[in-house]
Amino acid sequence: MSTLHDQIKQVIDTEPVVVFMKGTPDAPACGNSMRALQALWRAGAPITGVDVLPDPRIRQELTALSEWPTIPQVFVKGELIGGADITEELFASGELKDKIDEALGAEHPQTVSTVAIALD
Amino acid sequence: MAANAIRELLDQAFPGGEVEVEDRTGGGDHFQVTVVSAAFNGLPLIQQHKLVNAALAAPLADGTIHELRIRTKGTA
Repeated sequence: MSTLHDQIKQVIDTEPVVVFMKGTPDAPACGNSMRALQALWRAGAPITGVDVLPDPRIRQELTALSEWPTIPQVFVKGELIGGADITEELFASGELKDKIDEALGAEHPQTVSTVAIALD
Repeated sequence: MAANAIRELLDQAFPGGEVEVEDRTGGGDHFQVTVVSAAFNGLPLIQQHKLVNAALAAPLADGTIHELRIRTKGTA
């Protein structure tokens, strides 16, 4: 099995829009994760959710990699765009939609999925 | 942790800036911080927030701050 670090990195690098969150997109367990999801959804983004709650090591490894201390963390095409506050601000200014359309093409599908990190 | 202690850390990190700290729940662990500083001028939002996170790295790392909402603004 690949290391936790490699799994997280692979999700960030391969999923178009990833949210590391508390809970899952269909059952968010934190208001801030919910805020980020809503802004992304309204901006037309496909969303891949990764729940950090099953094991504290997921969050530790993620933060070591992203240098971002809090949850949620939103990545578009491998790039950290920020947490809930930035995602909401970028949505309000229209930049989020532009960023998504630019990264994925204007005609991208809007799907919601969940990726589980495998632990030892 | 008192809002005052957070404000002190931010005042040190952003001298001459305007800092507001609100304890959102009164429990000393959910904060909304607003910082207006020339240090943010010309920086993308993510870099602005990273500066705030860095100023509060210790209380974020040890869990003293459970939730942090950030609003930043440059002066330009």
